[in-house]
Amino acid sequence: MNLPLVGAPHDRLDGPAKVTGRATYAADFSPAGLVHAVMVTSEIGNGRIVRIDDAETRRQDGVLAVLTHENARRMHPEGHGFAFALMLLQDDRIRYDRQPIAVVVAESFEQATYAASLLRTTYESEPPITRIEDSADRYTPEEIFDEPADVTRGNPDRAFAGAPVQFKATYSTPVEHHNPIEPSATIAEWEGERLTVHDSTQGVTNARKRLATVFGIPVSNVRVISPFLGGGFGCKGAVWSHVALAAMAARAVGRPVKLVLTRPQMFGSIGYRPRTIQSIALGADRDGRLSCIMHDVLSQTSTFDEFVEPSALVTKMLYAAKNVRTTHTLARVNAATPTFMRAPGEATGSFALESAMDELAYAVDIDPIELRLRNYAERDQSENKPFSSKSLRECYRIGAEKFGWSERDPKPRSMRNGRMLVGMGMATATYPTNRAAASAVVRMNEDGSVVVRSGTQDLGTGSYTVYAQVAAETLDIPIERVRLELGDTDLPPAPLSAGSMTAASVGSAVYEAASALRERLRKGEKAPIEARADAKPQEHERYSKHAFGAQFVRVEVDPDLGEVRVRRMVGAFAAGRILNAKTARSQYLGGMLWGIGMALHEVTRFDERTARIVTANLADYLVPVHADAPDMEAYIVEEEDPHVNPIGVKGIGEIGITGVAAAIANAVYHATGIRVRDLPIACEKLLR
Amino acid sequence: MDSAIPELATAGTLPSAAPAAASILGPGEVQIELEVNGERHELSVEPRVTLLDALRERLKLTGTKKGCDQGTCGACTVLVNDRAIDSCLTLAVMHVGDRITTIEGLASGEQLHPMQAAFVEHDGFQCGYCTPGQVLSAVALVREGRMTGDDAIREQMSGNICRCGAYENILAAVRDGARRMA
Ligand code: FES
Ligand code: FES
Repeated sequence: MNLPLVGAPHDRLDGPAKVTGRATYAADFSPAGLVHAVMVTSEIGNGRIVRIDDAETRRQDGVLAVLTHENARRMHPEGHGFAFALMLLQDDRIRYDRQPIAVVVAESFEQATYAASLLRTTYESEPPITRIEDSADRYTPEEIFDEPADVTRGNPDRAFAGAPVQFKATYSTPVEHHNPIEPSATIAEWEGERLTVHDSTQGVTNARKRLATVFGIPVSNVRVISPFLGGGFGCKGAVWSHVALAAMAARAVGRPVKLVLTRPQMFGSIGYRPRTIQSIALGADRDGRLSCIMHDVLSQTSTFDEFVEPSALVTKMLYAAKNVRTTHTLARVNAATPTFMRAPGEATGSFALESAMDELAYAVDIDPIELRLRNYAERDQSENKPFSSKSLRECYRIGAEKFGWSERDPKPRSMRNGRMLVGMGMATATYPTNRAAASAVVRMNEDGSVVVRSGTQDLGTGSYTVYAQVAAETLDIPIERVRLELGDTDLPPAPLSAGSMTAASVGSAVYEAASALRERLRKGEKAPIEARADAKPQEHERYSKHAFGAQFVRVEVDPDLGEVRVRRMVGAFAAGRILNAKTARSQYLGGMLWGIGMALHEVTRFDERTARIVTANLADYLVPVHADAPDMEAYIVEEEDPHVNPIGVKGIGEIGITGVAAAIANAVYHATGIRVRDLPIACEKLLR
Repeated sequence: MDSAIPELATAGTLPSAAPAAASILGPGEVQIELEVNGERHELSVEPRVTLLDALRERLKLTGTKKGCDQGTCGACTVLVNDRAIDSCLTLAVMHVGDRITTIEGLASGEQLHPMQAAFVEHDGFQCGYCTPGQVLSAVALVREGRMTGDDAIREQMSGNICRCGAYENILAAVRDGARRMA
């Protein structure tokens, strides 16, 4: 293998395009004859449409079509698995706030927007249930991410009853919305029965299949293009209603149609992180050795579809304990269907588990890192397999050293900076290594230039750069000679950019294709020449595959106002081979910053009487701004993993957020003596 | 109805520099001339068209991004007479006679502006969607002499949200870009 363990910190090849405005995102295309669609969404959260009066709308200049449930074509919007059920104007039922109820198409965006504002909808409202505590409609899902929802090893109840130290607490996390800065956008165009879509999607291959199903046309009739994505974080993973609605509108008017969600509509039908209530029970001896862990998760889903926030998956494997029980229960509420959001499960679950570990550390009076080392899992007890590699000890050590953990006086309220209370907290980070089938073609032209083609996409993750590096290093040529083509279903198929699996999946395919090409060149074949690889994960895994890390946080809390400011963050991560040290560091830092938002700012609030979201914009839904960002350091802990996949990478897009909310909550406890178990840690929770 | 919907279908008042013939603009389309990146563009827009939509949809200068259309994200930042503004919060017809600079007008040919080069080198972005706005804000604030230290940079750049969370690198880029601009 030519690839270095830590890849060169090459500048992004797409950097110049991004800083000059030349990078083209979905809404930047303008096919000839383009017209504009505006989606109209429901103003109630539960009930039905009595009447939509579109007379005024239709009278406006430039209006080409008004689609409602009364005139929309019959579609195939049913959901299955992670293809979530769509709301395509098929009936009068309102199932959640901001559900699409109409689409107005006009020559200009302004005409469509104004005309849409004139639609008059009469509803019949029914009382909603928005809080999972209030929902009687609960059930255990059949499975989560191909794993059973409930898992038990040993006899946790008996172990807990007999444990000298017993700790129990309940933690909760709110609904959060992804809010990439690029709103979801679709440009749809039909030529007869063939559909071409420019879409802000995390998966062109997936979007193509889904659109074919929804429209009942062959997959080969659909082309999806997505050269640049303005962030996704999970909300651009599945195909959502607006994508199909844009295509329905284009069909209705016989012209290419652009539909871009408004920022408030980004709180509507594109998924969100569901609310969770998590009970944790830890049984330990007086030295802090765990005999039992129980983690019971209640999370929300919609009344018509299913998404499970897999918060307790992390608990099955993170610490050594003979007796473990994890359960997941769903409660149906009047809200849209939730979805993946950066580190689904691990972000929320690690908040509960890693807060609980900190509480246990105080209960047994042991340093939090030492407590974790005493319970270090040498193998994955839940799968009863060895880890493909695990460098978590190194992460604790390096993180603690860089952060200056030894300066911490563990007593709450013991450290100050002027009048500010100072707190230091830490937590473990972890994220599973996933992989899916991916194909790539590597072609060498006569002039020696190389083109890598794969239907993957760049969410900001560095795809354009890191796969060029893999090809260049494998072929032993300068990276300047390599060009990437991606984000198009005309290219070889690749999986969804999700689950931190793109580098492992597409990277392996590019590596295999480039290796095959090199072999043929070595045997004397001459350019132009190309090689294709269809790389697949093994069927039977002998190893448990996870990346690990350690998060360290220093906060200052205003004792009078309860305001928490994160002042410094250090993360140390071991995730196998790193393809590019510069872009990897950026991904880690981005994830860590998300942790600040999760811990301190982000919450989507519902009006419980109407099920309407009252924070549907970036002034009321707070995400971290630059002034919220502390000094941040992310360290790459070198790790060689010969087992995990052909190129030995573990994926880094999501691990950065895991553990952060707990580390901050732990630091806030250290600063104030107040344990906040309900996110976000708003100042009122610290005023006593 | 979502609050992003402009309610400006009625007549606006005449900006001082507008063509002398008209005393009231709209509600139909009006002819205006905009100076963008040193070039004059004739276009006909309704008064309710924002500067952002005029740039993106009429002039096809799509480097300026729409992130919220509500003045909360900064993705639509452009320079008007060297000052950074949110182009989603202003109407195209109000900028007749102004000097508008978009991200497309910052580099000279293939030669990146020092701030652009600093953003590339320090990896001051990931998805790149907020980047045109970040770069233009940074350029304006440096020229205004407001980037007096890290805290000032963090504070002054807070109108440009980066959801990818590139702030640490944006800070390094702005610091370095400011030095190169000096
Ligand atoms: S688009 Fe103008 S501030 Fe967000
Ligand atoms: S780089 Fe993606 S929002 Fe800033």
